[in-house]
Amino acid sequence: MSQTRIGRLFERLRTTERRPALIAYITAGDPSPDRTPELVAALERGGADLIELGVPFSDPIADGPVIQRGSDRALKAGTRVSTVLDIAAEIRKRSEIPLLLFTYMNPVLHYGLESLARDAAARGIDGCLLTDLSVEEAEPYVGAMRNAGLDTVFLAAPTSTQRRLELVAKYSTGFVYLVSRTGVTGERSTVSDAVTPLVNAMRRVTALPLAVGFGISSADQVRTVGTLADGVIVGTAIVRVVEQNAASADLPAKLEALARELASGLPSKNP
Amino acid sequence: MPNQQPATSNQQPATPDAAGHFGPYGGRYVPEVLMAPLEQLEQAYLEARLDPAFQSELKDLLANYAGRPTPLYHAKRLSEISGGAKIYIKREDLLHTGAHKINNCLGQALLARRMGKKRIVAETGAGQHGVASATVCALFGLECIVYMGEEDMRRQRLNVFRMRMLGAKVVGVASGSRTLKDAISEAMRDWVTNVETTHYLLGSALGAHPYPMMVRDFHRVIGEETRRQILEREHRLPDSIFACVGGGSNAIGIFHAFLGDSGVRLIGIEAGGRGAELGAHAARFSGGSPGVLHGAYSYLLQDTDGQVSLTHSVSAGLDYALVGPEHAWLRDQGRTEYVSATDQQALEAARTLAHLEGIIPALESAHAVAEAVRRAPGSKDQLFIINLSGRGDKDTDIYRENLKELDEPDQNRPAL
Repeated sequence: MSQTRIGRLFERLRTTERRPALIAYITAGDPSPDRTPELVAALERGGADLIELGVPFSDPIADGPVIQRGSDRALKAGTRVSTVLDIAAEIRKRSEIPLLLFTYMNPVLHYGLESLARDAAARGIDGCLLTDLSVEEAEPYVGAMRNAGLDTVFLAAPTSTQRRLELVAKYSTGFVYLVSRTGVTGERSTVSDAVTPLVNAMRRVTALPLAVGFGISSADQVRTVGTLADGVIVGTAIVRVVEQNAASADLPAKLEALARELASGLPSKNP
Repeated sequence: MPNQQPATSNQQPATPDAAGHFGPYGGRYVPEVLMAPLEQLEQAYLEARLDPAFQSELKDLLANYAGRPTPLYHAKRLSEISGGAKIYIKREDLLHTGAHKINNCLGQALLARRMGKKRIVAETGAGQHGVASATVCALFGLECIVYMGEEDMRRQRLNVFRMRMLGAKVVGVASGSRTLKDAISEAMRDWVTNVETTHYLLGSALGAHPYPMMVRDFHRVIGEETRRQILEREHRLPDSIFACVGGGSNAIGIFHAFLGDSGVRLIGIEAGGRGAELGAHAARFSGGSPGVLHGAYSYLLQDTDGQVSLTHSVSAGLDYALVGPEHAWLRDQGRTEYVSATDQQALEAARTLAHLEGIIPALESAHAVAEAVRRAPGSKDQLFIINLSGRGDKDTDIYRENLKELDEPDQNRPAL
């Protein structure tokens, strides 16, 4: 399979720039679908290397209150799966930033696995992550995504056993998303002790880039995690800024500043 | 009807498969954090299932704490007035805490203790599972946190107080429709956060494997007793069994012992609510399509974009968007059938049962009564069994709101 923008990004960062990626999550359609492309552009200007484009779902069991509210706002604003695909196409007109759909199983299942893979690829999306899809149930989904040339990113967690880490590695392409701690999405003041052992355990079973998320919201935390992993994921802190400035014309500037601040924590990795 | 039947059909069920699938349904659709804990829970349960000491302790608690076996009662006046079938009622409402839910809670509490988990989280809709959870936690000295939608706390406030009196913490959930669906989401979020110390005591035959199998197994005793009792009383099997279906735990519990008896019709009754439009009911089979919610793939009420629909039922315990996966599979096989009863039909059936038999049913169970009474006139010489899964004390406020004339001093007894 030829590399997606995701694979090319991590290769460039590893060989040329020698630094980890800053990965930014944003809920598509929050506060409204027409604003998402400019918000993504602002995150990119501030230093985000990859965008996780959240497709809102009515029952987001893996998300804390901030992202739950973001999903509610997006759904109330009329965001549908097809809307998110159109948003991606709009972003793709002006940017080559890698785009990863980030959502739950049911909206994708209802859209149709094959149809979603085809339509997402056609609009310039590079991959997909379904929070509540276990590798055990993933065979049809992975097949559909592969056929369309999309990456499938899966989660690994501090509770994952060795056998499970191997399965996650086997089904993942692009990168592996390491969940820093048990729990739902949301900011935490310190980086979990579980990160180092999880990164080490995962390194032993895969050569794929490893990105760490859940609980990361400051440049200091980006620095800490960035010394261990190939990517650092920030979500809740971004959605919180969207929430607090939803009605403001300054929202893109605020998001750009947040991304710039977070990116300032990215360590350079000299050999 | 055949009348030469084996005394029991008590073999271990063949479903689900090793990955928790009932045909295409069921499975495990949860965040990776929960996958290893679910594997551990499954392992612990499969060991306990084969452990005579575990089974004997559970059996003792079911008999001497919960009050099993429950009676199978011949409802003579209801039968006469309905004018056809001979109707029996399986009295799960007489169990300790007032509903069948205690069967599963005792089993899972023993399992939690076996796994060394000291903290229990549970969800509740009508409050019956919450009360049963709080009860077993008191009994075993476990910390108990019950998540309950704020709308359900309002309409089931008696049960909120009972849970608190039993020592549980009741946490109101203000998201979404503020009902059972949101309570389950919040309980799952708690579990995903505290999974090292906590057991999630899921209260229906829902969720990720092994829950639908485990919850079913803990309720199979309902059907096993019923089968034995009806053979003793009538020397033959029933023609039809009626049970309400929210997640479907009481229904799967009574159905299971009869699955091999092809002459026994197994009828599940969903909540028809206020009408057939999406959002006004919880009839997943007539209004839904297969989808994933809270860890399982089954029939789901959802909109055209795969968002989970709001549901409505006068009974909080049936007010949920997904049906338990084994029901979907049994229906595909043609082994079970599902219909719905409206809010109004359930309320009327509750009043009928109260007047004729001196039994005030839970609103959930009243849905099953309504369908049995509806079918009885055309079913002369047939044997019906209604699984009366809970008693109606908790619903007194709702009955009062909906049967206002009973608060009048000189109300006339309605013609029945």
